[in-house]
Amino acid sequence: MTATAMKKEMDMADVQNSEASQNHASENNTAWQKVCTKDDLVAFSGVAAWLETGDGPAQVAIFYLPGPEKGKGDELFALDHHDPFSNANVIARGIVGDLKGAPVVASPIYKQHFRLEGGQCLEDENVKLRTWEIAFKGDEVWIEG
Amino acid sequence: MAIQNMSSKNTATTQQLIIIGNGMVGHHLVEQLVDNGALDRYQVTVFGEERHRAYDRVHLSEYFSGRDADSLALCEADYYAVSGVELRTGEAVIEIDRSAQEVVTDQGRYAYDRLVLATGSFPFVPPIPGNDRDGCLVYRTLDDLDAIQAAAENATTGVVVGGGLLGLEAANALRGLNLDTAVVEFASRLMPMQVDSEGGELLREKIEELGVQVLLERATQRIEDGEASRHRMVFQDDKVLETDLIVFSAGIRPRDQLARDCGLEIGERGGVVVDNQCLTSDPAILAIGEVALWNQSIFGLVAPGYQMAKAALSTLTEGDTQFGGADMSTKLKLLGVDVGSIGDAHGNQNPGARMFRYLDPIKQEYRKLVVSSDGKKLLGAMLVGDNGVYDTLLQYYSNGIELPDEPASLILPQSSDAAPTLGPGALPETATICSCHNVTKGDICATIDDGAVDLGGVKGVTKASTGCGGCTALLKSVVDHELEARGVEVDKSICEHFAFTRQELYDIVRVEGIKTFSELIEKHGNEDTHRLGCDICKPAAASILASCFNEPITDAAHIPLQDTNDTFMANMQKNGTYSVVPRIAGGEITPDKLIVLGEVAKKYSLYSKVTGGQRIDLFGARLEDLPDIWSELIAAGFETGHAYGKSLRTVKSCVGSTWCRYGVQDSVGMAIQLENRYKGLRSPHKIKFGVSGCTRECAEAQSKDIGIIATENGWNLYVCGNGGMRPRHAELFATDLDDEQLYRTIDRFLMFYVRTADRLQRTSVWRENLDGGLAYLKEVVLEDSLGINDELDRQMQTVVDTYQCEWADAISDPEKLKRFRSFVNDDRPDPSIIMTSERGQLRPA
Repeated sequence: MTATAMKKEMDMADVQNSEASQNHASENNTAWQKVCTKDDLVAFSGVAAWLETGDGPAQVAIFYLPGPEKGKGDELFALDHHDPFSNANVIARGIVGDLKGAPVVASPIYKQHFRLEGGQCLEDENVKLRTWEIAFKGDEVWIEG
Repeated sequence: MAIQNMSSKNTATTQQLIIIGNGMVGHHLVEQLVDNGALDRYQVTVFGEERHRAYDRVHLSEYFSGRDADSLALCEADYYAVSGVELRTGEAVIEIDRSAQEVVTDQGRYAYDRLVLATGSFPFVPPIPGNDRDGCLVYRTLDDLDAIQAAAENATTGVVVGGGLLGLEAANALRGLNLDTAVVEFASRLMPMQVDSEGGELLREKIEELGVQVLLERATQRIEDGEASRHRMVFQDDKVLETDLIVFSAGIRPRDQLARDCGLEIGERGGVVVDNQCLTSDPAILAIGEVALWNQSIFGLVAPGYQMAKAALSTLTEGDTQFGGADMSTKLKLLGVDVGSIGDAHGNQNPGARMFRYLDPIKQEYRKLVVSSDGKKLLGAMLVGDNGVYDTLLQYYSNGIELPDEPASLILPQSSDAAPTLGPGALPETATICSCHNVTKGDICATIDDGAVDLGGVKGVTKASTGCGGCTALLKSVVDHELEARGVEVDKSICEHFAFTRQELYDIVRVEGIKTFSELIEKHGNEDTHRLGCDICKPAAASILASCFNEPITDAAHIPLQDTNDTFMANMQKNGTYSVVPRIAGGEITPDKLIVLGEVAKKYSLYSKVTGGQRIDLFGARLEDLPDIWSELIAAGFETGHAYGKSLRTVKSCVGSTWCRYGVQDSVGMAIQLENRYKGLRSPHKIKFGVSGCTRECAEAQSKDIGIIATENGWNLYVCGNGGMRPRHAELFATDLDDEQLYRTIDRFLMFYVRTADRLQRTSVWRENLDGGLAYLKEVVLEDSLGINDELDRQMQTVVDTYQCEWADAISDPEKLKRFRSFVNDDRPDPSIIMTSERGQLRPA
């Protein structure tokens, strides 16, 4: 991808996520970066990605929930890959489901549930996983971090 | 004991209590003493003449179908020691010295303050010339059974003298030893005490259909040398019967010799006379069980014996519980034939009693009611062929419940109108549900009010249904009814996405041919939830789909359903790495393969450990290394061991007849056959097998879901055992199967389990929750009572035919291998996995 093309994608992302950007991209040291393509994802499940952020490196769990019709209503979520209960980097390997109407992932080690939206742990209100803004740019997956 | 007594609250001097006899009733008294704190005041010594500690005589015939002294024992081996009671087995009391208050054995004299006779009874051997010949035996103790078994080794035929309850039990035992069996009865019908001539005739028909010859009205005159067999029995009409083995079971007599010798009051026809407190004519001495004669009656059943034990406890501790006689109603299954007898079954103890009779010669069922002259009360009943209405009738009888207007409706076939069963709600609080442990409906209600929430809880507190087990169905219906009455509703939905149990989901999948989770939740998921499912229903659905269709679990549609262990086909450990367990069928492995395991472990820095299931577990494999590790293992001929799946794990085996001096079959060969047949079968929970090459049981098969023990003639099959948190002995399911019969039986058993168990329910728990228990399971699997065996066979064959090694499938598919990357955008391994060294291997830091 050329630098120009990349700039164009970034602009598009800014437009698409203008609302979200106001909430999350307030700090100066974040930037949108491409992490992978749609082919790398596993539908209704997770994969892990390595992210270099302004705050240092991070392991991110990316979850992909395809919409009911092809290409429409697809949902992406980016959460911390690190499981605070076991201290292992395994969240992307948990089972995705929904509980009480909200999509969640269950840690594969001790089975706590975390909301994909916001990272809140359902079993312990004091625990919340870090989250990142994430979006498709065409077939590419971009994260703000 | 001395120290314990000094420190106890009771400051009175400890008294010496001696119990002579360690049978079922004597043991029950010990339990009562222990449970009621009586050991504070008594130092208890128990003398048992037999070498075994107390065992379950009611189920003695199971000794020949695979149970041993240990599994028949009424308590753990250390129960007496732990409780602080001295048990002296193999030490017979030869004299009671009442003036010195001592009992005498061949090993010494023992002083007593109180003495309890629980010596039971002995089998009566008719005074027939020749009754002491070699191979003329009795049926009462485990040693008797050993003698019968030894004599049967060179025998092809056997005769039981006596067609009563114990005689038919003995006949069952001889059949179990594969002898051509005959029963010789002096009276004109079988079980003359329990049934009348119609019932006896039906019983004879049914028992003869089982291949047991029945000879009635035969008095044996003498026993002499036979021509074709070892013995010849000569009857009163000079007819003869030749046989190799004779078992006398012509009734029992109280073992009252010790009491006679020391001058206690004895009944005219034997038995130590006792009063309501179970006291004999010497107030220091009590008698309980079959040796005791109360109100001119000997009680030859275990339940009255237990009641006497409770009265004896009360007498010894100054309580006020008395023995007031006992109901002799009884429900039996003899040679597989139901026989029930309630109260005045013959109708000859109540003048003016009226009788209703129902006889179905086709179905071979006979039922009789004895009712009071006004038709309002049940005085007695007799059942042959089907005990289905026994529980209901017993409640009418023992609680004096008024009969319906048409009493006959109680014994007419159910297809006709108005066959009212007495619901648990109609029983009064005083109704006895379990007579062995004397538990009333009121006791059960109180237990539930105190917080018991299910059948298991009620059984744990009250012990109901843990004696003879005859009240199991009744207990369940009472508990269910009472729970319902208290508004306890058990929601059996698997999770918030499906209002179905696992079994119901299984049926839906099978019947509708649903092949994906999305289709299942689309058609049958709850309306008001999202359509993602959860970590409960998704793995359950994955298991069901695999059991039904056996598509690779790594297929795209199934991947999101699986737990991480199934997804990555390895077992995740606490630091996010995995362990790898290749299949080592039967625990047999070549040196070359062992070397490969070592080389792979070394190359990938894997911690190595031998598992309990005779395999080798390699720990610490990184996600991204799994495909390479498996490529090397598969190249060396290994395949996946499914250690990550709810599926067959291992078939543990001993070395068997190939090497072992004692082995009678090739247990390793069988273990390998079985492991290869059932590998890859997805089930509600993991399944473990064991195969032992002889009865020494070195493979510990009786602690497995499926246990197989070699016999001279083939294989004995045990099912539903478990180790782990709640150990459970497997139960004998079928005996002397050949290889083909063994596979077929296991096929059906496993498929029935796969089809009907709840998620994450091991076979042991499944079995304990199965209505009808082991008998029902046998009917389904061995007799095809549900007519589903063809289908179960087909399903298992599908699973066997479609097996493929999931790892071989995965490493040949680049698309599937994509998942085995630590990061989708970076090749580095997870840098936060840190190992340290211990005892020469790596472990998580």
